[in-house]
Amino acid sequence: MYRIVSAIFLAENIKKFEIEAPRIAKKRKAGQFVMLRLALNGERFPLTIADSDPEKGTITIIAQGAGKSTRALNRLEAGDAIADVVGPLGSPSHIENFGTAVSIGGGVGTAIAYPTAAALKAAGNYVITINGARTKELVILENEMKAVSDEAYITTDDGSYGFNGFVTQKLQEIIDSGRKIDFVLAIGPIPMMKAVAEVTRPFGIKTVVSLNPIMIDGTGMCGGCRVTVGNEIKFACVDGPEFDAHQVDFKNLADRNRIYLHEEKESDEAFAHKCRMTSKA
Amino acid sequence: MDATKITTKERLAIPRQVMPAQDPTLRIGNFEEVHLGLTPELAQMEALRCIQCKDPVCIQGCPVNIKIDQFIKLIAEGDFLGAARKVKEDNVLPAICGRVCPQEDQCEKVCVIGKKREPVAIGNLERFVGDYERITGQRIDPAIAPSTGRKIAVIGSGPAGLSCANDLAQLGHKVVVFEALHELGGVLMYGIPEFRLPKEIVRDELDGLRRMGIEFRTDVVVGRTITVDELLEEEGFDAAFIGVGAGLPWFMGIPGENLVGVLAANEFLTRVNLMKAYDFPTSDTPVFDCKGKSVAVFGGGNTAMDAIRTAKRLGAEHAYIVYRRSEAEMPAREEEIHHAQKEGIEFMLLTIPLEFIGDEKAILTGVKCQKMELGEPDESGRRKPVPVEGSEFLLPIDMAIISIGNGSNPLIKQTTPDIEVSRKDTIVVDINTMETSKENVYAGGDIVTGGATVILAMGAGRKAAAAINAKLAGVAQKLGER
Repeated sequence: MYRIVSAIFLAENIKKFEIEAPRIAKKRKAGQFVMLRLALNGERFPLTIADSDPEKGTITIIAQGAGKSTRALNRLEAGDAIADVVGPLGSPSHIENFGTAVSIGGGVGTAIAYPTAAALKAAGNYVITINGARTKELVILENEMKAVSDEAYITTDDGSYGFNGFVTQKLQEIIDSGRKIDFVLAIGPIPMMKAVAEVTRPFGIKTVVSLNPIMIDGTGMCGGCRVTVGNEIKFACVDGPEFDAHQVDFKNLADRNRIYLHEEKESDEAFAHKCRMTSKA
Repeated sequence: MDATKITTKERLAIPRQVMPAQDPTLRIGNFEEVHLGLTPELAQMEALRCIQCKDPVCIQGCPVNIKIDQFIKLIAEGDFLGAARKVKEDNVLPAICGRVCPQEDQCEKVCVIGKKREPVAIGNLERFVGDYERITGQRIDPAIAPSTGRKIAVIGSGPAGLSCANDLAQLGHKVVVFEALHELGGVLMYGIPEFRLPKEIVRDELDGLRRMGIEFRTDVVVGRTITVDELLEEEGFDAAFIGVGAGLPWFMGIPGENLVGVLAANEFLTRVNLMKAYDFPTSDTPVFDCKGKSVAVFGGGNTAMDAIRTAKRLGAEHAYIVYRRSEAEMPAREEEIHHAQKEGIEFMLLTIPLEFIGDEKAILTGVKCQKMELGEPDESGRRKPVPVEGSEFLLPIDMAIISIGNGSNPLIKQTTPDIEVSRKDTIVVDINTMETSKENVYAGGDIVTGGATVILAMGAGRKAAAAINAKLAGVAQKLGER
């Protein structure tokens, strides 16, 4: 069992956890993830490690309640425990001094972009961060991002905070201003990552995305997380999760992620029903 | 019949005893075991068929050299626990091996009786003694040698790792087993289905290993959570055995393979066996809903049979095996093929898939196939299938399961570059000691051989244990001489 040391909501439905996992804390590098299994009969699901403290022996993860497991996770508090936390998995982000690097996070994707943005900064890059959210209340890690950025931008779809519009519009604006951009990291919903790839493609800017296919074991055994990159089959759990955005077949990823929509809904409904029953009692 | 007085002629007159099994029409509706096991009476009768050869060739046919003649004699005499003790001198997991070993290609293949009649049912008898011990609750725990003060890391808790751990623990070494998944047992848990190997049996055998003082640590991915070097240098292990099994599944590289509804046998079986998807939504992990659907498995090995029989049990209306050669060339055990046939699995032999077809939502709707005929033998000695011109046809299916084997997991290679690997990424070992190119690091099982059997992996684990023990004893002796 892995004990939760702290649990706080960063925004509605988005919660940050510090979990005791000393071996993982010692080993983890930016871009890597853990597989979690909350309890007996639970599913295994991946979450990127947002931060770690090797001294304290803890790792930080940030989860948005989307399906049954992430919503159940978000009901846990400090002092509770998680049955299984395995990692650090996946290949670490490729970090070097590219020059000027733009890190783009969409929604909870900001939590995944954060450690890599910090590593890019530490490697000597001039770091520009663009973090997008639907609305002001959903903006997360604003201060953390600022701390690792030379320039930090917030965008909201409804204009309630920062730049009014999408992250891609802000990125386009920066590129159009004539500045030389050497590297772009984009992490967020599939349509956002695809859109970023299309913005940078004409300029030949090296662009990396972190993919989120369905995973089961996460250790290179089942082949469930295969993605099409440059017309080749790649396994996100061992070959990724980061890939060259200009080579990724985003449509294939989106299609494959829909496979269990029906079951996910059924599981969600059963969970929601159970929650209502518990709250009544 | 009195085991001491029976003549050879009388022994030869006894027919091979048939193990009771669940009726095929019933068993396709459940996940319970197909075979029900021999009763003590049937086991004793079967044991009497063994003529107790002076030179028991069956022992050489066994990868771990179980003293087959001796344990069968004890069964014939009615000393079932004595028989279990005898088997366990060489094989710690009789209830498992009795079920999943390909005896027809090993011990039973060379059985002298088998030359003119059906061979002695050695596998069924091995299973019987393992089950007898468990069901009657009369545990036989092996004697443990006094502590040597040595500590060995076993990486992977599948058949290779477990047999290695067992032997080392018996020799008095401290053993810690590291497992990447949340459950112990490796392929015995995630791969082989309940109807062929009940998980309760695996858990029971693991309890036996725990009683011997072996420690188990789940959720540790060696190569990621900790490296082999760290185990040896920082955690104080004197040696390490790598038994991490097979890795990433192979795909066929044909168009449409990434459509929704095409998956690897590893994924399908892991969802159902390890994650209990048959019990969705009680269990959180779903699996493709097979009810009333058409499912095809591509491949002809044991994993292919496991996958298609699982799909049938999940309610598939049509369950096909699509295999490019004929039944004679199928690598699956004959018994598994027969079980599948009786359960209504439809075999499409001499057929290859050319392309998977999907609808506008990228959901699989069918597979374009071509018929084959057998030509000249290829390098494997099997007749090579060649396409028949103009024989293409479309097979409508809702799910496709690819079962054509696995590559090797790259994690240890990536993080321990001084362990030599082959062109196929399998770990290279000295076949006499199973030691890798890195001193004090040994390996065995599928990570060395590529996809093989449970018993071969166990044999490799035992061989490595003996070599590790000899090496550590040698080091101790040298230190003593100084």
